[in-house]
Amino acid sequence: MDLNLTDEQDEVVSAVRALLTDRCPSDVVRASEPGGFDPELWTAFCRVAGPTIGVAEQLGGGGASLLDLELVCEQLGSFLAPVPFIDCVVAARTLAAVGDPGRHCLDALVAEPSTVSTVALGPVVDGTATLVTSGSIAGVLIALDADELVLVTGAGDGAARGNLGSSPLADRSVRDPGRSVLATRDLARAVHQQALDEWRTLMGGALVGLGAAALSIGVEYAKNRHQFGAPIGSFQSIARDLAEAATLVDGARLLAREAAWARSEDDEHFAPLSSMAFLFATRAARRASTVALHVHGGYGFTLEYDIQLYYRRAEAWPLGLGDPRRGVAHLADALFGPAGAS
Amino acid sequence: MDFRLGPKSDAFRAEVRAFLDEHLDPEIIERAHRSGTNHDKDFHRAIGAQGWIAASWPAEYGGQERDPFEMTALRDELRLAGAPTDGMGLSLIVCQTIRRVATDEQKADFLPRALAGEITMSLGYSEPDSGSDVASIKTSAVRDGDEWVINGQKMFTTLAHVADYVFLLARTNHAVPKHKGLTMFLVPLDSPGIEIHPVHTVGGERTNATFYTDVRISDHYRIGEVDRGWDVMTVALTFERGGFGLSEADRVWEQAVGWAEETRRPDGSRVIDDAGVRERLATMRMHNEVARLLAYRTTFVAATGGLPGVEGSMHKLFYAESMAADAAELVDMLGSEGVLQRGEDGAPVDGWVEHLFRHAAVTTIYGGTSEMQRSIIAERGLGLPRSSR
Ligand SMILES: Cc1cc2nc3c(=O)[nH]c(=O)nc-3n(C[C@H](O)[C@H](O)[C@H](O)COP(=O)(O)OP(=O)(O)OC[C@H]3O[C@@H](n4cnc5c(N)ncnc54)[C@H](O)[C@@H]3O)c2cc1C
Repeated sequence: MDLNLTDEQDEVVSAVRALLTDRCPSDVVRASEPGGFDPELWTAFCRVAGPTIGVAEQLGGGGASLLDLELVCEQLGSFLAPVPFIDCVVAARTLAAVGDPGRHCLDALVAEPSTVSTVALGPVVDGTATLVTSGSIAGVLIALDADELVLVTGAGDGAARGNLGSSPLADRSVRDPGRSVLATRDLARAVHQQALDEWRTLMGGALVGLGAAALSIGVEYAKNRHQFGAPIGSFQSIARDLAEAATLVDGARLLAREAAWARSEDDEHFAPLSSMAFLFATRAARRASTVALHVHGGYGFTLEYDIQLYYRRAEAWPLGLGDPRRGVAHLADALFGPAGAS
Repeated sequence: MDFRLGPKSDAFRAEVRAFLDEHLDPEIIERAHRSGTNHDKDFHRAIGAQGWIAASWPAEYGGQERDPFEMTALRDELRLAGAPTDGMGLSLIVCQTIRRVATDEQKADFLPRALAGEITMSLGYSEPDSGSDVASIKTSAVRDGDEWVINGQKMFTTLAHVADYVFLLARTNHAVPKHKGLTMFLVPLDSPGIEIHPVHTVGGERTNATFYTDVRISDHYRIGEVDRGWDVMTVALTFERGGFGLSEADRVWEQAVGWAEETRRPDGSRVIDDAGVRERLATMRMHNEVARLLAYRTTFVAATGGLPGVEGSMHKLFYAESMAADAAELVDMLGSEGVLQRGEDGAPVDGWVEHLFRHAAVTTIYGGTSEMQRSIIAERGLGLPRSSR
């Protein structure tokens, strides 16, 4: 057992952290609202960790493992960075997974890393994928349309739907005449399922980062704010909530890393682990940001304090995959097989 | 990163399984369950004979120098099998402390016998008026020449009725602040003047109230320096939070899944196909995974030279609180039959869920309550100002 990062992983994490510390203070996050995308930051980010870093080196990618990517996502989450890293890396890995039919598009991403790509997480209904994550900014869209995994290139109309998390969400048509088919039937479904599990894992990582950052904002406030002549952090009911949130965040981090690790080292358990990692990180991030907001008293409710940025996103981000309660049913399927199987 | 325990642990795990197949008669588990005494002398000796009570120790003490993850594998297998291991756990806490703080003569006297499984130790910290604030205990030890005379009462002295010694914290100096007047003793439980009364619990576990009237013991039984008993406690408490891994929650989860897959409702459907059942079992599995990771992290920190105080508290808090909540969910999931106890006809999961519900409550209390763990996390982990206690 080894819970330490490798030197290389430490380096990547430090590089990402340094970039975001420099380029992504909270006023950049605020300025990106409501669209949730900062193209300049994204271009800079792609120089450190572009969308194809998770693709095999033979295909022109960076050869990063899902764990390497998860570590980057923890950092993105902690800065609430308005960049579409998760969607882009999942899309690039999906193109790689389908082989030849995805090759041309993948080569284009290698050549032009800042092109935004995404995989529609939900099913396509009547030719439209709704509320696609990064949908308003994506020039490359992959979607599961009935039995076909399809690829649509070309930008959307650029307008994000107004939403709680200020994310670049948009509805996208997939009945574009220029669309191409990446895979069909069982393969299409399997590849899409894999993309969802990878998205769960990476979003889990981002939520861990979000939760940890929200928590530390709450802890700092509790150390400095005084009432009744004492720092409010010395009141047990405040300390209790923060201590519990810290425990959830630590547990969620271990689980997200384990799930990401399993993708290459213990693939048999990847599906249930990714599902657990996503659900538990959702809970941890929401609890941490709720507690941290509450600890601020009335100030937490004002837009001026940063905690509201975390609070909204902790609720909003996981909903890319719909009602988290349904995620529990999904986990049950991964653990016990589908209901009524025998 | 590597989340596997490793090949050495896997090999040891197989060895432990084979041993349990041979030595852990279901009757042993049943007897421990019925009596509430989670210790079995013969089984304990058999483990001692394997050299597994302190298998990580150096050979000079009779250990096997196994690494911390092999120890995890050992504990996990014992837990999953439902083996009665309280005597092993308590003795090991005392032995690890003795190894750190006692004299060579004392080590030679106690350790080989304890490691062979010939003697067992119990813990005598808590008293009627002192639990979380254990430094406030009143049981006194007064020096008389080469001997000490002990008077007082301990509460919750688990296994005292079957153990050979009690690791007893006593007050030896009343003139100084509470932490500075304590001394630790290893008192033979067959000493004249000791009375042991059973205390029965919701979980079915039996513990004891122990009474000490003019109990005379030689100075040989004093562990650590006079009035420095708190230092000894500090060492002992770190060992108490050390050896975590899988828990009863993992064992009962496996049993419940097996039961739900095999059992059919009157309408012919499998229990495992019920949405409420699936949701509960899936959620519990997730909690168990987190608890396991928090436990293994504690081991990893210790194995790499750190002192896992906050990590241990996080594990203790999370596993206890989620096990208590999940046990209640599982009882609900079983519906009206959820109340049926082990031994009753038709008790679902052989009554183990009902038992887990009763047992789980204590895990949030003993070994430092959840409140104490939260304070440790808040103050030592997050650096929040100390609360007024
Ligand atoms: C089955 C069982 C087995 C046990 N085995 C042993 C054993 O073998 N040896 C042994 O020495 N002891 C043993 N114990 C005792 C156990 O360690 C104590 O019960 C525990 O430490 C709590 O002490 P208490 O019961 O006196 O509760 P108290 O300390 O009186 O606590 C009562 C409540 O107040 C809360 N509280 C106390 N102080 C604070 C604070 N500062 N801030 C916030 N809340 C606080 C507690 O969390 C708890 O909820 C056992 C107990 C049980 C039930």
